[in-house]
Amino acid sequence: MTNEEILSRLKDAFPDVAFQVQTEETKDFTLIVPAGRLVEVATHLRDHLDFDYLSNVTSVDYPDRFEVVYHLFSMKRGGGVLTLKVHLPDKEHPEVDSVTPIWPGANYQEREVYDLMGISFRNHPDLRRIMLWDGFPGHPLRKDFENRLYTYKELEPTRPKPPNW
Amino acid sequence: MLKTETITINMGPQHPSTHGVFRMVLTLNGETIVDLKPMFGYLHRGLEKTSEGRTYLQAVPFTDRLDYICSMSNNFAYAVAVEKLAGIEVPIRAEYIRVIMAELTRLVNHMLAIGFLFNDLGAWYTPVVYAFRERERILDLFEMASGSRMMCNYIRPGGVSGDLPAEFLPLLRKMIPHLENFVREIRDYLSDNEIFKARAVGVGFLPADMAMAYSITGPVLRASGVKYDVRKAEPYSIYNQFEFDVPTQVAGDVYARYLQRLDEMDESLKILRQAVERIPDGEYATKVPSRLRPPKGEAYARIESPKGELGFYLVSDGSPNPYRWRNRPPSLINLSALREMCLGHKVADVVTILGSIDITLADVDR
Repeated sequence: MTNEEILSRLKDAFPDVAFQVQTEETKDFTLIVPAGRLVEVATHLRDHLDFDYLSNVTSVDYPDRFEVVYHLFSMKRGGGVLTLKVHLPDKEHPEVDSVTPIWPGANYQEREVYDLMGISFRNHPDLRRIMLWDGFPGHPLRKDFENRLYTYKELEPTRPKPPNW
Repeated sequence: MLKTETITINMGPQHPSTHGVFRMVLTLNGETIVDLKPMFGYLHRGLEKTSEGRTYLQAVPFTDRLDYICSMSNNFAYAVAVEKLAGIEVPIRAEYIRVIMAELTRLVNHMLAIGFLFNDLGAWYTPVVYAFRERERILDLFEMASGSRMMCNYIRPGGVSGDLPAEFLPLLRKMIPHLENFVREIRDYLSDNEIFKARAVGVGFLPADMAMAYSITGPVLRASGVKYDVRKAEPYSIYNQFEFDVPTQVAGDVYARYLQRLDEMDESLKILRQAVERIPDGEYATKVPSRLRPPKGEAYARIESPKGELGFYLVSDGSPNPYRWRNRPPSLINLSALREMCLGHKVADVVTILGSIDITLADVDR
């Protein structure tokens, strides 16, 4: 199935959704989906277009928005990647629907995005921090997280005292 | 009706079967597992954030440390991603060297996986010592080429860091029949072991549809009967020029995963034989500036690493540092179905199931 075919079949199924194709600055076939319609589009992709395998879920922090990026493949057909993207312009409280009910493999990756980038997922079955401990200040993968401020002093309340030898 | 209270116990973070620091919170009814929650993060080093502050080439040594058993494959995946992002062509000799290294890494990983699986089952160190003996021979080859046994840092964007030494290929040619013998030896000695079969057959069953839904990749997926291998599904490098099969099993249990790894070792040796015969002379790398500035953009590239699909998602803003550096770890995502595989089994089976998934904790936590 070619990329154009995928796009036209999606447009037939969702005439009211404004799909954007990102043509510049990407090496992969990239579709930008409105955040509110993500679950419907994802379910359709899985059930009718054979995208049965969600490889990667990740997020990027841009100055004006957060982006959640999904890399989909088809195990039945083989072949290349379909990148789905969701733009979240709300930098204060970014939130998007979880795709874990559709592809359970997204579970840990969404928790990782929640932990390290601070994006919440609605309807996620178990949304907790995964890599860092509870009470860790901030989300390290955000661009405003200062590595240089990541000093011992900053973290003193949540870490055990250093050994005295 | 007779009822017992469930109890909750922590398995790990210091448990020998986890091969690292990994904790599972088990809820038990008697000895039967009714719930399992994996806990991660004991080894989290923040490699994604750290790499955003480095140049593209400075991040190569970090990839060694993702999965320290398969450092060559990790270098390979990262190099493929950077080359896709920056549009770098790789000389054909370098591609052959990469394929040789990646397949040797697969052999190393699978023989260790099998050895440690038996270790977990209580065959204390006899199978694993045999596996280590063969692994050392392969690591000697890695050391000849890269100067380092484990943290190879050999496959770089643009090619490899240096040409193969003159003794490398003759030695590898001599070693291939030896390794084939070794695989046959493992198969003969261990496959029909009654204790192993009693512990492995029917344990940790993972149906094919569930494996696909949970994004399981690699030998675990193929042992459940799904014929999916990135080398065939979306060939990268020069894998479309080699003749090899993608073996699968039907059973989807611990025993099938063990057999799957043996079959994959045979296929790797097949690829190695072809690569050693056909490797051409020529350049071993394209010149890549040390402060590489890929054009503004993004790319996702993946390879079939020994543990599963290893992907890199890179976003460039035109500067020498990556804007976003994301690694898709096969070990973490293969653990997604651990709970489903363990439910209803006994505590001792968790050790077997975890060993058959074959994880590296450095790759899980990054």
